[in-house]
Amino acid sequence: MFRFLVQRLLGAALILFVVFTVTFFLFFAMPDDPARLSCGKTCTPETLALIRRDLGLDESVPMQYWHYIVGVFAGRDFGTSHCSAPCLGYSFVNHEPVLDTLLDRFPATLSLALGASVIFLGVGVMIGMLAALRRGTWLDKSTMALSLIGASVTIQFLGVIARYVLVDQLRWLPKPEYLPFTGDPGGWMGGLLLPWLTLACVQAAVYARLTRASMIDALGEDHVRTVRAKGLTSRQVYLKHAWRGAITPVVTVYGIELGVLLGGAVVTETTFNIPGIGKLAVNAVANSDLPMITGVVLIAATAMVLANVAVDAVYAVIDPRVRV
Amino acid sequence: MTSPLLAVRDLRVRFATEGGVVKAVDGVSFDVERGRTLGIVGESGSGKSVTNLTLLGLHNPARTTVEGSAVLDGTELVGASERTLRDLRGQRVSMVFQDPLTALSPYYTVGAQIVETYRRHTGAGRREALDRAIEMLDRVGIPQAARRAREYPHLFSGGMRQRAMIAMALVCEPDLLIADEPTTALDVTVQAQILDLLGELQAQLGTAIILVTHDLGVVADVADEVLVMYAGRAVELGPATRVLETPKHPYTRGLLASVPRLSDPLDRPLRPVPGAPPSLLAPPPGCAFHPRCDQVIAGPGSPCRTRAPVLVGVGDSGHEAACHLEAGAGAAGVGSAERERERAQVPDAREGGKNP
Repeated sequence: MFRFLVQRLLGAALILFVVFTVTFFLFFAMPDDPARLSCGKTCTPETLALIRRDLGLDESVPMQYWHYIVGVFAGRDFGTSHCSAPCLGYSFVNHEPVLDTLLDRFPATLSLALGASVIFLGVGVMIGMLAALRRGTWLDKSTMALSLIGASVTIQFLGVIARYVLVDQLRWLPKPEYLPFTGDPGGWMGGLLLPWLTLACVQAAVYARLTRASMIDALGEDHVRTVRAKGLTSRQVYLKHAWRGAITPVVTVYGIELGVLLGGAVVTETTFNIPGIGKLAVNAVANSDLPMITGVVLIAATAMVLANVAVDAVYAVIDPRVRV
Repeated sequence: MTSPLLAVRDLRVRFATEGGVVKAVDGVSFDVERGRTLGIVGESGSGKSVTNLTLLGLHNPARTTVEGSAVLDGTELVGASERTLRDLRGQRVSMVFQDPLTALSPYYTVGAQIVETYRRHTGAGRREALDRAIEMLDRVGIPQAARRAREYPHLFSGGMRQRAMIAMALVCEPDLLIADEPTTALDVTVQAQILDLLGELQAQLGTAIILVTHDLGVVADVADEVLVMYAGRAVELGPATRVLETPKHPYTRGLLASVPRLSDPLDRPLRPVPGAPPSLLAPPPGCAFHPRCDQVIAGPGSPCRTRAPVLVGVGDSGHEAACHLEAGAGAAGVGSAERERERAQVPDAREGGKNP
């Protein structure tokens, strides 16, 4: 188990390094000049040069790359201020430390992702299982038709409609907003309810279909037939035996999904104005804010890698054959 | 004479498929006596596995119709409620499947899977059930049974897995064990060990066995009676020695001739039964075997092409064959009146063609 973890962490470090490098060099392939963007309308060549030096853009690209890496491991100095390791630099736009901004925004994204996950996994897997067990009945057909609709609507569309109906007209749900959990748990939950439901609605549909298909496969497996031949009740057949085969593909897909969500649910965060990583990423790209883009990409890649390690651990719990 | 443990009469199983109705089993009758072994032989698709899955209600009920009768010690199995069948399964009738790697659950330890069966039918406590599971594993010849009970099936070898499967099937000491190709997935030396084990346990526990196989060598070793199936019908039935030594149906003869023998010259080519099994969606009219039969009765009005033969007695001691050659050879009068009634074959293969 120890060797497994060390291997995975070394692999993760390598992946992060590659992702960072690609992002860094891709940035310099973009047409916008970040110095000119922050220079404003009354831009003289002197100010432009000054800004370039401030942002570190006067150095060659490989030097900037080198300084960034040194900064991550040893910290670096910007003019008079010192940025201690791990230093991800300062935003080109508002000059805030990138790491602090990311840490500030991450709880919103985490709250959104985990809350929605609980709903869509719970609802999606349950509907999928029921549909598989009642295969061919009206329950199966109607839930699958609904889920096809659910999987087809987009969050922008559903979110706006749901907000208008459920919040503005019927006043069933509180206004969607992000309040930190530590300050006001009730407000945190209330404010995120609509974003959770919207995101979960689309996702649950996908998981319902996936679970149904894999449960039907699992019910056809030889060992499930054996369990029936042993005289076990349907409840034991389904709840103790069949689901374990059915849940593996769900875990696989969710592992990828969670990585994506933790890297920022861009559309949901934008639709409901939640200050998470996804919104940060959109703004950073729009402003050619290299340190912020790099920071967002790194946090998204880290989330993806960690989610994958978590999935491998869950596999080992579900299936003794993959235990090391 | 006491009534048989299992009496199957005119069992018919049909599947509705996209292409039409498949007559997987078409009027099969046989008895299984207590403590005896019936070998059911046939090619893939001959209906031998379906017959047994149907007895326990393990087929997919949505697209299957089952007719006829199968009485296990006074209980009718055809049309019995799921609850009735569930109580029988694993307790009075157990199954051993072909591939023990896929038939055992990969997610639970071998011990836990046996414990589960035992507790389901006896209501025993965990500790007691585990002791019983270890006792059974020991009995089927698994060394260090207490330790092995805590391991998962993938850590077992093929032979050990099948032993564990047999331990699980016999943990409640059932009256009938249905073994569906139990040795097909194993190599030959292990195969012999498993067959010996089944024989030993049968002698100790008095279990009747239905052994489904395509391997005539296996049948010769262990079966008391043999049922040969072809295209969903019984073509020959009788005591194993009679059927194997004096086969009456051309198909059985073909099967026996196809078995290579060690005493044969090395360069003797294999002699398979020519042709391929018929489609069960549209079986040939008359005797389903006639297109492959080298002794088919010639002529335009040949009964082989127009009427399906039924089992008639050939010789003594319950040896029966379904072949017009035998029926025409003066054997009439031996079989019961029921078996005299030859069914005119009607081309009804597509009768359910509109089924989903």
